[in-house]
Formats: sequence, structure tokens, C-alpha cells
Amino acid sequence: MTWLSYTKALNRALADSMAADPAVCVLGEDVGAGLAGPTLGLQKRFGPDRVLDMPLSEQAFTSFAVGAALSGMRPVVEFQIPSLLFLVFEQIVNQAHKFRLMTGGQVRVPVTFVVPGSGSRAGWAGQHSDHPYGLFVHAGVKTVVPAAPADAYGLLRAAVEDDDPVVLFAPAAAMGLREDVTGPPPPVPLGSARLRRPGTDVTVVAVGHLVAEALAVADDLAGEVSVEVLDPRTLHPFDWDALRGSLRRTRRLVVYDDANRGCGFAAELLAAAAEEGLLQAPPRRVTRPDGAVLPFAPELDRALQPQPDQLREAVRAAVR
Amino acid sequence: MTAAPPAPPPDLGTPAGRYRMMRLIREFDTLALEWERAGEIPGGIHPYLGQEAVAVGVCAALAPGDQLTSTHRGHGHVLAKGADPARLLAELAGREAGLNRGRGGSMHAADVSLGILGANGMVGAGAAVAVGAAWAARRFGRDTVVACFFGDGALNQGVLLEALNLASVRRAPVVFVCENNGYATTLPAAAAVGGSALGRAAAFAVPAVAVDGMDADAVHRAAAEAVARARSGGGPGFLECRTYRFEGHHTMERRLRLTYRSEQEVALWRTRDPLDRLRPRIPEADRIDAEVAGRLRAAAAWALAAPRPDPAGAGDFLYAVGPPARPGVSP
Repeated sequence: MTWLSYTKALNRALADSMAADPAVCVLGEDVGAGLAGPTLGLQKRFGPDRVLDMPLSEQAFTSFAVGAALSGMRPVVEFQIPSLLFLVFEQIVNQAHKFRLMTGGQVRVPVTFVVPGSGSRAGWAGQHSDHPYGLFVHAGVKTVVPAAPADAYGLLRAAVEDDDPVVLFAPAAAMGLREDVTGPPPPVPLGSARLRRPGTDVTVVAVGHLVAEALAVADDLAGEVSVEVLDPRTLHPFDWDALRGSLRRTRRLVVYDDANRGCGFAAELLAAAAEEGLLQAPPRRVTRPDGAVLPFAPELDRALQPQPDQLREAVRAAVR
Repeated sequence: MTAAPPAPPPDLGTPAGRYRMMRLIREFDTLALEWERAGEIPGGIHPYLGQEAVAVGVCAALAPGDQLTSTHRGHGHVLAKGADPARLLAELAGREAGLNRGRGGSMHAADVSLGILGANGMVGAGAAVAVGAAWAARRFGRDTVVACFFGDGALNQGVLLEALNLASVRRAPVVFVCENNGYATTLPAAAAVGGSALGRAAAFAVPAVAVDGMDADAVHRAAAEAVARARSGGGPGFLECRTYRFEGHHTMERRLRLTYRSEQEVALWRTRDPLDRLRPRIPEADRIDAEVAGRLRAAAAWALAAPRPDPAGAGDFLYAVGPPARPGVSP
């Protein structure tokens, strides 16, 4: 039994993927130095031809990865800052994601985009603190948000082996987590949720680092409300069967989602549950506010992020 | 439905072969213009008429295993690299038998088996794809080259400049081919391009030459030199092919009756028609013209007889692997 940190899990997943398949390569900014963590030591082990330090040209190296994939590679692209995804939305959504359909199935585009440090890091302010997974779900790009180290390992392995583009968001607030593991964790199929805590009164779907907070709130409320905590792990494809099964038991839903509210991922789950008539009480979402931009001062930053107290109140309101 | 008429690999190694392909592209897009007016082509096309010497001159310098990325004005590139005109016509008409099974249309036409990585609807978007494809092919030990076509409008796209830089520092075997037809839609290049096309390449230490884009042999000579250098590990090259499009930017333009180019200007460039220029040197030109016309007639009949796609398949090909459709939501 050993401790596995979230960052080490991503690092080990990349190393094991590269060892297993010579077509896997890693590219991005400062990946040789391993500045963001997940690529630490990889260039020394696999060489600069498989771990490519790229110029500060996000648009070029994103499409470079697509071209390399069309020529038989399985590139993993690292973005150190989630907001860089806005810069390469064209390359990921309009090129990588659409290539297969537009060619009538002639190509596969096995590129993985990894975003270590997504969401808020105190003091990183407006342009470094977004958590834009909902945009990729909306566009239909496979989207993964691991909450725990073993899942981070298993999901990244699965993402690299997947024949389509996949964006993996590693929440900044989860990257310090550690978990007891025995041996290498198994791959986690995309589209499989994990029931983190069974309950009977209300289903809380929590995304990424908020899973740990939801579990703590569920513990707090244990004598009062029986909370089921569902970790979707992948947001697209989403494990609708797991959500449906949970709601058939609890008939109540709260979504805990560190992203903006309007047209957000939480709204989608509420809509789906309502459409299917699975609820007997109004559902709730605990999210960032509509159109939030995180301010610099730590008090202001924190004030716009979803809080455990808000989740507690939402759970109570759902069962009232 | 029978199989498409067999497409012989194009022989672009002789003047007659280059003339045959230019004639095919000319007649293909002339027919496509008719089809657009008749309502056979949804959405319209960006005709390549006038620019034939660029596609043919560059593709004459490529080997069968080489690749290319193309633009929204891509029919010439796709045909010159050897795509079946019948299947390209079927694609323009939105048929399941089309190159892209009717999922791409004119702006996304691709035949990956021939190295055609796709026309692209976003200006300049193919450039970095070309660099990545070229880099990876070299890693796998292949000595192939990627030709990257783009227009003068793309000279101001950031991703194109980033791609030039990346190709330069990685010495990627890419030949950047700027088809400077003088206009980005309606905006004259003189009003849009600060500096010059060649200056863009020079800034990234990519060897660049300007050639007469109405002369297939001149384009071929310059392309052959750049391709040979790239293939032997000498890094990327850049061609500025000065050319002209005889028709509008897009077929929609005709309905709008735009007048951003003078009739005199168009007429002047028509006197430099790349087919007329080559034709006197081709003794068998009449026979080639008749042969191309016959081939296109057969291709058109085949494409028009091809069945339209089944709407039940509208969700196909989005993913290589899953994900399953959401229950209760179709498709």
C-alpha cells in the first residue's frame, strides 16, 4: 500500500502510457522541465523527440498535435492554464473534434488535452481561474474531470487510449489530494460514474474537487439526511444510467459544480432529471454565479465559488 | 449503385499530363458552377477557375505518399492529388457515395488514403496540421513531405505565422504554398497585407520564392526544389504563387452583384489563362479536351444517380468510439 498524489497519478499515467505505446508523445510549454507537475521527468526518460517543449504558440501546437495524430501519433497536449482553452477553442472544437465527422469517418484523432490546475488557485485572478469544462460538453468533445488520484490515473490512461479527442481537467483544488493505493490503479472507462457514498434521501452530483467537499457535507448531515454522492468522473459521455438509478432511489437532486451557472453543466443535469420525471422536489444547483469572473483578492475569489455551506442549505431545502 | 468509375493515378510529370489535369479542374468547376445554379449543390462553392496552374504545378512535385492540407477553395488541390472526380462531384451534391459520405461537402473534401488531409473552412487552419503531420511522418521514418495550401487572406492569421515558426524550429518537411489571388474575399491584398508574403516567410528563416502562378511549369520547378529540400531534411519552404481567380470568391457573390474588381482587371488576367498558355505546346490538346469532357460526363451521371444519405445516419461518424446516444434523445 502506498500513497499516491493526484499530480503523481497524472505523471505515472503519462509515463505508463508512453512505455506501453511508442506512438504516445507529450507536448506543451515547459513540459521538459515538468513545470506543471504531470510531465516531470518524462523528457529525461523518453527523450526530447517524445516530450516536446513547444514555443508559446498554443494555437499552432494544438493543431500540430492534430496533424501528428493524423500521421499515426497519440499526442498528449498539456495546457498550464485553463483559460488557454479559450485561445485554442478553434483548434480543439472546430478542427480536432469535427475532423472525423467532416471526413465521413476517414480519420481518427486520438489527441488528449490535459489541463492541470483548472479552476481557482488563490491569487491567480481573472484570466487564470476558469473551469471551462461545460463548453466542451456543449460542443460534444469528450470531457473528463477526475476527483481522486486513482481515478486521475485510470481516466488519463483511458483518455490516451481513446481514439477521439479528450479534454481532461485536473482541478487545482484536487491536485494536492493523496490516496492509499495498492499497485497500479486500473483504467477507468470513459462514461462510468462512481458512487462515492450511498444514501436514500437526496442525490448530490459533485464535479471534480467538489466531490471531497460533498462527502464531508454528507458526513456532517449524516444524522439528519441520508445523502448519496455521485462522482460522474466523465461529463461527456455522461453516465446517465448511474444518475437515473440514483434518482430512482432518492427522487431528489442537488448538483455541486464549480462553473458558471447559466447554460452550465449543472443546468443540464437538472433539465434531464426534470424531463424524465425523476424528481419529487425542486432540484437545486450550487455553482459559481451567472457569468462569474473570479476577482483577485482571496475573499472575493472565494465568495464566488460554490461553498460547503451553500451545499448544506441546498440539501436541506431539497428534502424539506 | 455501381462502384465509382476507376480513377487512374494522375500523371503530372509531363506538360501533357499537367495540361490534362488543369483541363479537368477547369471543366470540373465549370460544371460545379452549373450545378450550383441548378440547385444540385447545397450551399455553393468557391470556384478554383484561373488558379489551376498552382494546384497542378505543386502536386506535380509531390510523390504519391506525400500529403497536403487544403483550403475552402480546394477542388483543384483535391483533384490534382488524384481524387476521383466522380466521388468529389457526389460529395458536392451531398451524396452518401461522395468522398466524405456527404458529411463534408465542398469546403471539407478529403481523401486521406491519397494523402489529402482535407480542405478546411477556416482560413489558415490547415497550416499547423500540416506541420504536425510532417513531423510525425518523419518520426515514423517516412521521407514524405506535406504541401500546405493557403490564400493571401491567411497571411494575417496568427496560427499560420505560429505554424511557420514551428516548422522552422522543428525543420518540418512542409512546403507552404501561398496562393496569392489578390483578394481576401473582397479585400485587396494591398489593403490587408502589411509587408509581404515573402517577408512573412523570411521573418521565420523559411526559404521563400515568388512564382508566376499562371504558369504550371514555373510553379512545378519552384515546388520541386522546395519539396526536394524538405524531403532531404533541409526544412520547410515557402512559395508565393501570384495568381487570380476568374470567378467570385463564392457562388453567392454572383447573386449580390458585387463590383470590387473592374471588368478590365478580370479581362487582363484572363489573357494570362494558364490553360491557354500551355495549350499551344500540347499537340494532342484536342484529344485531351475530348477525353476530359467524356470522363466528366460519366462522372456527373454517376454522381447524380447516387442515392442521397439516409437521415437516420445523421449522427454517424462523430466519434471513433461511442459514446452511446443519450436515452430518449435522438440521434
